[in-house]
Amino acid sequence: MNVLSTCAASACQQAVCRALCSVVTKGNIVGVPVGTHPYHKFEIMKWNGWGYSDSRFLFNKKGQAEFTGKRYRLSGMIIPGLKDWFEGTFGANLQHKTPPTPLLTNTAVPPATLNEAFVEEVKSTGIPFSHDAEDRVFRAHGHCLHEIFALREGKIGRVPDMVVWPSCHNDVVKIVQLACKHNVCLMPYGGGTSVSSALECPPEETRSIVSLDTSQMNRILWIDEKNLTAHVEAGIVGQDLERLLNESGYCTGHEPDSMEFSSLGGWVATRASGMKKNIYGNIEDLVVHIKMVTPQGVIEKSCQGPRMSTGPDIHHFIMGSEGTLGVVTEVTMKIRPMPEYQKYGSVVFPNFEQGVACLREVAKQRCAPASIRLMDNEQFKFGHALKPQVSSIFTSFLDGLKKFYITKFKGFDPNHLCVATLLFEGNREKVLQHEKQVYDIAAKFGGLAAGEDNGQRGYMLTFVIAYLRDLGMDYYVIGESFETSVPWDRVLDICRNVKARIIRECKDKGVQFPPLSTCRVTQTYDAGACVYFYFAFNYRGLSDPVHVYEQVEHAAREEILANGGSLSHHHGVGKLRKEWMRDTISNVGMGMLKSVKDYVDPNNIFGNRNLL
Amino acid sequence: MLKKRDDFEDILEERRTSSDLRYALRCYTPVLYKGVTPCKTSVLKSMVLQSDQLHYVINQVSKESGRAADDVREEASAILEEMAHSLQLSTVRFFAFMLSKVFKTLFRSICVNEEGIQRLQQAIQEHPVVLLPSHRSYMDFLLMSYILYTYDVALPVIAAGMDFMGMKFVGEMLRMSGAFFIRRSFGGDKLYWSVFSEYVKTMLKNGYAPVEFFLEGTRSRTSKSLTPKLGLLNIVMDPFLKGEVFDVNVVPVSISYERILEESLYARELLGVPKPKESTSGLFKARKVLSEDYGSIHVYFGQPVSVRSLAEGRVNRCQFNLVPRHIPRRPSEEIQSFVNDSAYRLVRAQEENMVLKPWVLLASLLLQNHHQNRAAGQKPGMALDELTTQAVWLRDVSRQYGAFLHWPDHTSPSEVVSSGLSLHRALVRVCEGRVQLAVEQGVYLTVTPEEELLSQAVVVLSCASYRNQMLHVFVRPALLASAIHIASSNQKQEVFNSFSFLRNMFSSEFILCPGATVQDFEEACYLLVKTGVLQVTQQEVLVTERGHRTLAFLTSMLDPFLQGYQVRETFSVSEDTETLTEKQFIPAVRKVSLCFSVCTSTLHRTLLRYAEVLSSDLQKNALAALQRLGAVRKIKGYVGFHHPCVPGWLD
Repeated sequence: MNVLSTCAASACQQAVCRALCSVVTKGNIVGVPVGTHPYHKFEIMKWNGWGYSDSRFLFNKKGQAEFTGKRYRLSGMIIPGLKDWFEGTFGANLQHKTPPTPLLTNTAVPPATLNEAFVEEVKSTGIPFSHDAEDRVFRAHGHCLHEIFALREGKIGRVPDMVVWPSCHNDVVKIVQLACKHNVCLMPYGGGTSVSSALECPPEETRSIVSLDTSQMNRILWIDEKNLTAHVEAGIVGQDLERLLNESGYCTGHEPDSMEFSSLGGWVATRASGMKKNIYGNIEDLVVHIKMVTPQGVIEKSCQGPRMSTGPDIHHFIMGSEGTLGVVTEVTMKIRPMPEYQKYGSVVFPNFEQGVACLREVAKQRCAPASIRLMDNEQFKFGHALKPQVSSIFTSFLDGLKKFYITKFKGFDPNHLCVATLLFEGNREKVLQHEKQVYDIAAKFGGLAAGEDNGQRGYMLTFVIAYLRDLGMDYYVIGESFETSVPWDRVLDICRNVKARIIRECKDKGVQFPPLSTCRVTQTYDAGACVYFYFAFNYRGLSDPVHVYEQVEHAAREEILANGGSLSHHHGVGKLRKEWMRDTISNVGMGMLKSVKDYVDPNNIFGNRNLL
Repeated sequence: MLKKRDDFEDILEERRTSSDLRYALRCYTPVLYKGVTPCKTSVLKSMVLQSDQLHYVINQVSKESGRAADDVREEASAILEEMAHSLQLSTVRFFAFMLSKVFKTLFRSICVNEEGIQRLQQAIQEHPVVLLPSHRSYMDFLLMSYILYTYDVALPVIAAGMDFMGMKFVGEMLRMSGAFFIRRSFGGDKLYWSVFSEYVKTMLKNGYAPVEFFLEGTRSRTSKSLTPKLGLLNIVMDPFLKGEVFDVNVVPVSISYERILEESLYARELLGVPKPKESTSGLFKARKVLSEDYGSIHVYFGQPVSVRSLAEGRVNRCQFNLVPRHIPRRPSEEIQSFVNDSAYRLVRAQEENMVLKPWVLLASLLLQNHHQNRAAGQKPGMALDELTTQAVWLRDVSRQYGAFLHWPDHTSPSEVVSSGLSLHRALVRVCEGRVQLAVEQGVYLTVTPEEELLSQAVVVLSCASYRNQMLHVFVRPALLASAIHIASSNQKQEVFNSFSFLRNMFSSEFILCPGATVQDFEEACYLLVKTGVLQVTQQEVLVTERGHRTLAFLTSMLDPFLQGYQVRETFSVSEDTETLTEKQFIPAVRKVSLCFSVCTSTLHRTLLRYAEVLSSDLQKNALAALQRLGAVRKIKGYVGFHHPCVPGWLD
């Protein structure tokens, strides 16, 4: 057993906490956090947009798009095609800007309603806390469009009255006990990447709301190489978890698109899914043991048996509970040795139908690579527009040649072709063998191998897309993505109908410009697939763009459900999709979940009102 | 109520001035559905045969019957062969040429609303399209394809009854011009249904061609719209409901004939002379119609109706989530009632845009006059100028009620009237300034009084079919007028009850959407109040001073129908046998009616003022109504009576 951090260490940690506490309450922390995420996240991250403050897209003086910072492969690069694509797709104009409110004004933040007795007792435990406006505002939102839009306009609604930073399981136990004692509302906060309005404070909540930020519970407590498991505190964010495990030669392989910022506890609480689930599984396949603190006490299993027949799996009450039952504090999850070899790839198909047929066949033969995604034509063009400036004439010549080969020689219609991106993992020999198998299947559906570069760029897109939304919002363009899962025979129908519905609704709601309405198939399963929709439009001329946006998204969700799609594949329900829960899981299902909530948390201490 | 309607263009005008041959050979490049992948008919057939749905049903039938699956597949393939169209442009061109010639001799003009064509063209590009023309003549579907060819719109595939197949050569010609043939009844034949529905859906889903069929199922012999048939409508809505297409656009088309080719044929058929079997030689015999003047045709392409918007808030499409969509299932009650309501809506949309010619007004007035005079034993007919005055009055009234009336405004009323009369000189006679129905001609030198009566009835029924063209405009107000007439008081509730009773009784007679009694009552009240006929308070319904004339007109409009239903009741009393088979029933009633009519008893004379009573259509509807009202019971094909059965007011 490789003990990185023992329980003894946690006593020492508490001493540090106590030392910090006095400082925190003065609103100024000195100290180096263990993980990527400091107490005051807004010091390195945007308070009104996605990701790191130093990384953003902008149009420079020459009107060329560039991506700032040094963190990403795209950082510091010029993206020559973006401006034309942006203006062409949305009818946007670089002259028409909608810059955000630059600074958070404290006067806009409602004053904190503190439960003095609770505050006093928390103070005496030595757990750090804060009621600074910045800290509170930062934890009052996820990344739904309406949330970010409001922040950019400097509009602040109900925010938590206080933030606490437990640094271990026991801290959480204490906080939950105190919250119960003083009837304070607790809202667990992990990475803050929710897109389901899960972090929005219920406006009707009259009690003091305390945001329980798990970011300081970010250690790997042990690694068990015999069983290939790791015991990890739930506040750790994805990139730290992978980095730390990599140092020991391991990985979890769980890579949701938000992995830079989202936390292990968040994954558990929302039933997250990772890009490479074909090899490693989704979160429910990865967890071996979960510890959660609830108002009734701590829930956990007594052993680490890989599978149990002991009634309904209690993990399934925890996974997807979205912070309504308690705080996940520690998780034992499977780990794997780091893959020896990774290879990206891509296949171009003459049209989306052929692409879907190919993915279906790959799923049927159960030979899906670590990741396989199929972008539709619009998204293919979008990806194309994000190609950074090429350094040599040779590369651009090669690109031209490829384009010529595909469109002229092979006769693919540039307005219909679509592309699948692939990621293979394993030992070199097997990867190459696997690659051949997949390309052979693709060939049967008219697919042409289109190189590693295209594949890699496709995956990079997932990390920068959220930054791109901020760029759009600087120029009257708003948008969002949403997802579903659907049986194979419905995939084409749902893609076509939802995209068409979006376009129709935008027109009906008075949107002046044709919207971007695009989709991709991002995961394959035996019985179906996960489909992602991207939707954005230019809102010039609309008086209440967010409302229009919400109406369209609502209609799109109705369309998804009417076409046999699920309410969510991995984003969760939160408050955004609550209205459809009853239809989704039946009255009895609702009753079951409610009765669990009633038993575990009779006083609604975990009062974020998600899900039910 | 008055809607803005499009203007018409005469498409024959150009045909009269330029070469038909060049027209038939001109470049034809219609705009197609944006998602279409053009394919040959053979590819289409194999798509149908390889579909999941058919596959499933073939296996099912094979399991149930113990036949080899290949055997069943063969049968399916044969069914498809018998059914499928084989649209060929060359045949279409042939028809374009021939029909140009024929149309020019038969008709003065064929008027089409071009804006409607533009809307249709737009709709075809966006979504799969279903064309729903009204059906009054054999001409209808050739005419439709002819118009679409003329405007360079995608040619439809047309559901036609198998009876056409009897006409060897013509059947194949029609097939090559886009008709596909379905058996009239195939009740329990799972395989047939499956091939048929999959064939239609495949064409629709792929946007292969607009699918055209007649919602009324058959030609209306009475010019009244028929109760819609739901089978095909169910099929074409299915791809939308199951999410296989984003939307389906349904385009109601109203075809109005100034003079119907089959005019007297229909009347004879209604009187019990059986419909001649369609045969090629029969068609040539029909050549004599070529020498006559049939006035003009108006074809109005209505606003495309999106099935998606019809279903919005009505149908929960999630009901298809839990069973694979290719497994055939009986539509849920929710869907059945949705399709039924939509069908009524669409028929009403057809009715709304039916063009009424002045003759329709004249026919109504003359019929009413005819009946009144007979009742009062007066001299037949009415003075020409009296007719003109009344026609002008009715013109204004019907316009107020939203009728789509084509009354030439620049011509004097008397000219309008006489031109209407002259076109229909087979039905009316003008003599010494008096106009009367051409009933007492004595030309036939008939042997028996029965035959004489029948020949009179032909004229009356022909006229009635023109009057029927305006029934949809007046039916709700007329029901209200009759309800006021029979209600025991002016109490609104009382009137409503009578209205509701009448409406229920006539629900197979007129297009009255089931379950919409309150809406219909309100619509009727609204119209009659708006036109100053009634005053409706919270409690009472009052007739205004000047309202009596309209009210009298409206009540006498329904009179023949009330009369007909009454005979039905009288029959039930006078007939000895308590049960009859359904097939015997109608001839039996006709026999009794005829007896009544010819016998000298004045009572029966009065009773049977209306020759329309002899119409089998009316009798069928009356039987259905009595059944619905519980007065008659159908026991396995037999008809039985409950005594006493009929409400007192009828006596």
